[in-house]
Amino acid sequence: MEVKSNDYPRESARVIREEPHVRESVTGATLNFDSRRRAAYAEVDAEGWRHFAEGVKNHVLMNLDHYLEQAAAALERGGIRVHWAEDAEDAQRIVAALVREKGVRRAVKAKTMISEELGINPLLESLGVNVLETDLGEYIIQLLEQPPSHIVGPAIHLNLEQIRRLFHERFGTPLDAAPDTLAAAARKLLRQGFLEADLGVSGANFVVAETGTLVLIENEGNIRLSTSAPRLHVALVGIEKLLPRFSDLSVFLTLTARAATGQRLGTYVSLIQGPRRPDETDGPEEVHVVFVDNGRSSVLADLEAWETLRCVRCAACLNACPVYRQTGGHAYGYVYSGPIGAVLSPGLVGLENTKPLPYASSLCGACFQACPVRIPIPKLLLTWRHRAVEEGLTPRFEKAALKGYALAMTQPWAYRLASKALRLLPEKALDNTVVPVLKAWVEGRAGLKPSPRSFRELWESGEV
Amino acid sequence: MKVALFVTCLVDQFYAEAGVAAVRLLRSLGCTVEFPPGQTCCGQPAYNAGYWNEARQMADHTLEVFEHADYVVLPSGSCTTMVRAFYPELYRDNPRAFARASGLSGKTYELAEFIVKVLGITRLGQGLAGQRVAYHHGCHALRELGIKDEPVALLRNAGAEIVDWPAATECCGFGGLFSVKLPEVSLGMADRKLSTLPEIDVLTSADGGCLLHLSGRVHSRGLPFPVRPLASVLWEAAQKPAVGSGA
Repeated sequence: MEVKSNDYPRESARVIREEPHVRESVTGATLNFDSRRRAAYAEVDAEGWRHFAEGVKNHVLMNLDHYLEQAAAALERGGIRVHWAEDAEDAQRIVAALVREKGVRRAVKAKTMISEELGINPLLESLGVNVLETDLGEYIIQLLEQPPSHIVGPAIHLNLEQIRRLFHERFGTPLDAAPDTLAAAARKLLRQGFLEADLGVSGANFVVAETGTLVLIENEGNIRLSTSAPRLHVALVGIEKLLPRFSDLSVFLTLTARAATGQRLGTYVSLIQGPRRPDETDGPEEVHVVFVDNGRSSVLADLEAWETLRCVRCAACLNACPVYRQTGGHAYGYVYSGPIGAVLSPGLVGLENTKPLPYASSLCGACFQACPVRIPIPKLLLTWRHRAVEEGLTPRFEKAALKGYALAMTQPWAYRLASKALRLLPEKALDNTVVPVLKAWVEGRAGLKPSPRSFRELWESGEV
Repeated sequence: MKVALFVTCLVDQFYAEAGVAAVRLLRSLGCTVEFPPGQTCCGQPAYNAGYWNEARQMADHTLEVFEHADYVVLPSGSCTTMVRAFYPELYRDNPRAFARASGLSGKTYELAEFIVKVLGITRLGQGLAGQRVAYHHGCHALRELGIKDEPVALLRNAGAEIVDWPAATECCGFGGLFSVKLPEVSLGMADRKLSTLPEIDVLTSADGGCLLHLSGRVHSRGLPFPVRPLASVLWEAAQKPAVGSGA
């Protein structure tokens, strides 16, 4: 996927100005998700579970080579073919070879973010494959030719009216159709898609190394159908998605569901351990797992950023984020948006391509409190900001201003002088729109003026 | 008890009356207040913007000014967080400075927190009787330091009605340089937060930055209530002794 994150400042402002319905839809949906997440956390010892999950993920990441080998061997024992992709081109080559070799004409897709990352849809289309997204939200944005704006709810930026209009145009459903009617219209079409497809593409929430089990959590049943109806199933899996033991699922399944949607468990949990056996009537003839690096091992080697790889893609941080709420995900300009996107994207595609993202946060810390694997997102945001400064990626005037500021603030006489100067400014001098920083402040925030006398003056004149 | 007041640059320049209120309040509770004259800014703007070398220079300076105090009290949640939580972070590669920063960290308190936790006082007076007060929790104090109940208890015990505000703990959108780097997002956050307010008599907070941002927005939108620093409101609370109290 093309990275457009350097446009974030302009794009976020544009969405707020020109598409107010996006903020309305995203705010409503994320507040709902977030309050359900809180309630679901409150039912259990969430703190204990979060620490456990953090520990398990840390263990996997510290021993990733071992667990990848164990997982690959276990998957192959179950009859699953394992492939290794170092980057997106590699992954595309592997998928393309399978498509050609197996004569694939039609593909159904289960919701997967990594396929966005790897550009699988454009690839399949370029090979003449008909691609159908089968998650309802994904299907809607596929019709609109948009990327997902949220990790769990890809169409979260749209409101019911927009979807009604779209379905009216495409399927002739009434303009005031109930959500159930809309879903039924999509269902009819998707059913046919499942029956005709010869390839199902999925991601995976987890892969259990011990047993070679692909784990997929969902609510709509489309993932189960996508991975069982077509004759070929290809799962694209980031190398960080491993869990050591089957028993780890006891926490990860419910913790992920609670974090993502406030459910105790996803409506469907699929545990896939191989293709159809000779005595079985359902299931694909072949299952392929493509383990994808695509920048992950360099993040892992990064002593200050590796913790981002604990992420289970639940989007709890997006739902908790008041910044994300203002724009939804498109403004972030890459597949992973919101707080996790702001710390993951620089690691995956380079800080120079994602410069504004670490600054797309007020550092309020709500993301860390929501995160089921305790990724210290605020600290990571600060780390990337610090790197931007060290690597000379920040504006020159900002650097000069901060240096001057530090100089003044370490010299009490300079501080006093600045304090005096502030009070000698003409009335309403701070209410101007000539200096860019002041302009950014006063447009929308009126009446900035210093106290008539500073506290220091009052103290030194003995009036306190 | 001897207290060194770190008034913070924003309070010094923009909310001098809150600094005065903090001093009077602490004195009225039996503290001796000092104002170390060398103090400037804690360095948070530089730290948050990623300029850690510059932030460290300011931390060096602040350490020198305050490390000999018994207690350091700030009428600001985020500056307290800077000193208490982030100074040690800044020195993680320098054991000597880390030890000094940790020493300062251990005796640094936000004003309301100091009154409740160190002085052990939860009742200041009845000066807020009948007022409907909205308390904005600054994010750093709330999530980094876990200061949540102390300011609310002091306000409530002074007779204030703390209004039920769904977004009370949500970020107001200030975020330091964030507010001018991404002004549309910042203002959108303020509007969302303010839109969930019920009818109130005053909006208060312990953070100078949030106060400037919120009051600017309230002013621009012509909303009908004042936005005041917590220290000033607490001093008002102490003006009217509680009936039957010895204070």
